[in-house]
Amino acid sequence: MKGMTIIVKKVTQIIAGVIFLYGLYITIQGHLSPGGGFAGGTIIAGSFILLVLAFGNDVLGLVKKEIRSSFIEALGIFLFILTASGAIILSFYLNYDKIFFKNFLTKGVPGEIVSAGFIPLLNIFIGMEVAAALFTLFLAFVIKSEEKEEKKK
Amino acid sequence: MEILLIVLFILMIAGAIYALEAKDLLSAVVSYGIVGFGLVICFLLLQAPDLAIVQIVVETITLIIMIAVVLNTTREEIKDKVPQSMIVYAVLGLIFMFGFIYFFILSLNGLSEFGKHATRMATEYIQGGVKGSGSINLVTGVVLDYRGYDTLGEITILFTAVIGVLTVLRSRGRKKE
Amino acid sequence: MIVFILCVLLFLVGLYGVLIKRNLIKIIIGLAIMEYSVNLFLILVGYRDKGTSPIVTKGLENALFVDPLPQAMVLTAIVIGVATTALLLGIAVMIYKKYGTFNIRKINELKG
Repeated sequence: MKGMTIIVKKVTQIIAGVIFLYGLYITIQGHLSPGGGFAGGTIIAGSFILLVLAFGNDVLGLVKKEIRSSFIEALGIFLFILTASGAIILSFYLNYDKIFFKNFLTKGVPGEIVSAGFIPLLNIFIGMEVAAALFTLFLAFVIKSEEKEEKKK
Repeated sequence: MEILLIVLFILMIAGAIYALEAKDLLSAVVSYGIVGFGLVICFLLLQAPDLAIVQIVVETITLIIMIAVVLNTTREEIKDKVPQSMIVYAVLGLIFMFGFIYFFILSLNGLSEFGKHATRMATEYIQGGVKGSGSINLVTGVVLDYRGYDTLGEITILFTAVIGVLTVLRSRGRKKE
Repeated sequence: MIVFILCVLLFLVGLYGVLIKRNLIKIIIGLAIMEYSVNLFLILVGYRDKGTSPIVTKGLENALFVDPLPQAMVLTAIVIGVATTALLLGIAVMIYKKYGTFNIRKINELKG
């Protein structure tokens, strides 16, 4: 895939990092303000898609990116299930009830950044999963069209 | 408030009809964007900021993927003649649609009027949600605490759909030698 | 009431696309429009007059909130929707590669 002109490249260099940070902010503040894992994940995926569209890459680089992002997707869903069954795992050592999806961390004061038990953790894992999933979808379509163009040459 | 929503809905319906009737597939896809971005404004008006954030990014990504597909395949709409048997299907479809809207208007009597929704399930969530889940944002509390199994199922569907796309698009047949 | 009926009209426009159109891309657009209208309908049902978004900040503990339950359900459904639309588009691309057309009638004739 060919990149775009130098104006787009320069603007993307400045903006993509800010978009990525905004996605992280939305993800982490999910229990305090509008947002959460689903919203933040889509924004992070958007920043990566912007980078690929502006700078372009050859097929080999895209395939490498796709392998990494699908790995992160699998890691996200694995960590989600692990956190959800945390109470069951910890009950072998500590005095917890054996309940799936039990909020095993302390809830703290509502309204602070470290509160609500494991909800921020689950938000981060869902953010990983959604961002990687959408980026993988995009990469699959881009690689398909790239291979077609290479065959034409 | 309600008048603003009605204007937006009429705009969205017009966009949807143009998207289905356009002669060029690229303009069809672009006018399909009217529906999605109109939905964002509707969500903001209906006090659902979480959904507006998700929808505006998701709509952009969907448009990018759709435009990539249309540019890489073909932009032309089918031009051949409508065969006779299509008329039967069209009439059957129209009858089905009229029946659908008739039963919908009948069932509207069971719903409370717009804006006068009586929260039954959600009363518990609104009153005890902050204490129960510890999260100020009640939507996140419901998604991740009260309805955690639902979220687990949904991300499993997302995972499976991505695997499906990879299987369909990135499969390489066995090379014949 | 008229808001609900307009929402269902949007659903019927999508249904018209799925039933009558012969182009695969248009069928996929129709399915996506149906999905959007269902999402919108659920949010419309949960709205309450003069309600605020369901975020309990300080000083707003006893305010009138809109229903958080449909919002939570639709939040996940939107992300699933984009994945399923992408899956349909992927299958459409492969069909175009095999048959060279998006016309479902031609594909029906060519099979076998």
